[in-house]
Amino acid sequence: MQTTGTAFEQVAMFAQTWGLVYLAVLFAGVLIYALRPGAKKKFQDAAQIPFKED
Amino acid sequence: MSFLIFLPLGLIGLLGLSLAAGADDAVMYGHGLLMAAFGFLGIFWVIARDGDMGGPAKAVPGGVNYNDGVIRAGVVASTFWGVVGFSVGLVIALQLAFPVLNFDLPWTNFGRLRPLHTSAVIFAFGGNVLMMTSFHVVQRTCQARLAGGWAPWFVFWGYQLFLLMAASGYVLGVTQSKEYAEPEWYVDLWLTIVWVVYLLVFMGTLWRRKEPHIYVANWFYLAFIVTIAMLHIINNLAVPISLTSTKSYVLFAGVQDALTQWWYGHNAVGFFLTAGFLGIMYYYVPKQAERPVYSYRLSIVHFWSLIFLYIWAGPHHLHYTALPDWAQTLGMTFSIMLWMPSWGGMINGLMTLSGAWDKLRTDPVLRLLAISIAFYGMSTFEGPLMSIKAVNGLSHFTDWTIGHVHSGALGWVGMVSFGAIYFLAPRMFAAEKLYSLRLVSAHFWLATVGIVLYASAMWVSGIMQGLMWRAYDSLGFLEYSFAETVEAMHPFYVIRALGGLLYVVGGLVMAWNVYQTAQGRIRDERPYETTPAAPATAPAE
Repeated sequence: MQTTGTAFEQVAMFAQTWGLVYLAVLFAGVLIYALRPGAKKKFQDAAQIPFKED
Repeated sequence: MSFLIFLPLGLIGLLGLSLAAGADDAVMYGHGLLMAAFGFLGIFWVIARDGDMGGPAKAVPGGVNYNDGVIRAGVVASTFWGVVGFSVGLVIALQLAFPVLNFDLPWTNFGRLRPLHTSAVIFAFGGNVLMMTSFHVVQRTCQARLAGGWAPWFVFWGYQLFLLMAASGYVLGVTQSKEYAEPEWYVDLWLTIVWVVYLLVFMGTLWRRKEPHIYVANWFYLAFIVTIAMLHIINNLAVPISLTSTKSYVLFAGVQDALTQWWYGHNAVGFFLTAGFLGIMYYYVPKQAERPVYSYRLSIVHFWSLIFLYIWAGPHHLHYTALPDWAQTLGMTFSIMLWMPSWGGMINGLMTLSGAWDKLRTDPVLRLLAISIAFYGMSTFEGPLMSIKAVNGLSHFTDWTIGHVHSGALGWVGMVSFGAIYFLAPRMFAAEKLYSLRLVSAHFWLATVGIVLYASAMWVSGIMQGLMWRAYDSLGFLEYSFAETVEAMHPFYVIRALGGLLYVVGGLVMAWNVYQTAQGRIRDERPYETTPAAPATAPAE
């Protein structure tokens, strides 16, 4: 990890490395949340919400 | 408690008066008076309502005390602004074909009417549709009344004041010259206040929900509200020359300003015209088709991938400019990745009709919703294609861009909004049903043929224009002068105006239909068959 350079370069370097890791991990978490087999019933129920009341 | 609203309204009135009193220019004087009228008339309006903040259109014993009053107002406002916005569009389309229609007057020339058109269709029509549907969807899917007492009404009327100040400013020459962010600093500040109240009303309603899970349409609406707040504030950072002048200077300069502007501009497309209207799709398509969304899981992946990718796509508006190459490539790459969530969403919307395709034959409202999704798919295919640098080199600054925008705006945003308006009109006015389904079908065909004429004319015109600009003769000179390209485009401008005319007529048909529905009338017409044809002979018992 580069720690030299101007403040801008340091921030840019951090954003381009750990920022990418952060977003990728977050998105992987979303995929796991959405696709995990245990949530099938939960999401089937959620899809019915618009029909509960008028 | 409800009289507490008098305090902010009175302060707004006084602020308006002091702006008018100290105004440096005529427009600030007029807008100050408008603001004063808003505050003081607002007080009278609240008194006249006698504590009636809006109740459910159809009261059900033991049911939730929904606030449908503000949604009813939204149906009227959306329809009105739709017709206004489409009509101004027709006028400027005709001005391009027949320049004499500029009338040589400052107030009616293309340069001033064009932002009037874009703001009227995007912010006035689209914005009212989004507010109206978000207020409806969040109440129904949370089974909770809108939060905040008079606050939803403040959002509704405050937004109309924003629209009036913006529109009158453009015609009188007050603009900060940022595309889709033309309103000057004080109008921007007013919208910020309205928008924050909107966010609080929406989140307050979510907070009250009886349903533990927040339905996916609300996620899209929330992303739209939050992101627009962020984009609006940052892109409009400016310093006014005085607190009583309409004129200001933006904070950024040069390429930073350009990037900020197109970060704003493209995410206005991504979060206003896409995420918000996807909220409409995820509620009203299942409701109208009477079946749940094809895949709820896909809707979650659709949401998050859209959020992750869209925010980076803006630099594709600045190909081959002073913007660093890596930023241009970044914008292009993320635009192309957007193919995946866009088409995932399109498939999710269309496949909701799976097993119910026959309804398209008998339900023109569902037909409007379905074709809007088809146009969503088409324009989100075209957009990434045009963001590729080599393609952009041909398409940029040509009519192809205009055609692309309108297939998205007229096809996706317009059609899905019409579907939502037709869904809401009978329900919010407590009518038995829509005045006429045949007129909905007429609107469908007028709008569809209008878009086809518009988009195909602009494809031909745009690609021709791009090719003429880059044509060289054998000696290396440009083959055509600019005026020659303009002359060549004339027939296509006439075709485009014809398509626009059909779209305006469709809007008028809708306004008539909504008006008659609100009056509780039902047109005497041949009904659509809603059941398969019965067998010729009765089955033996």
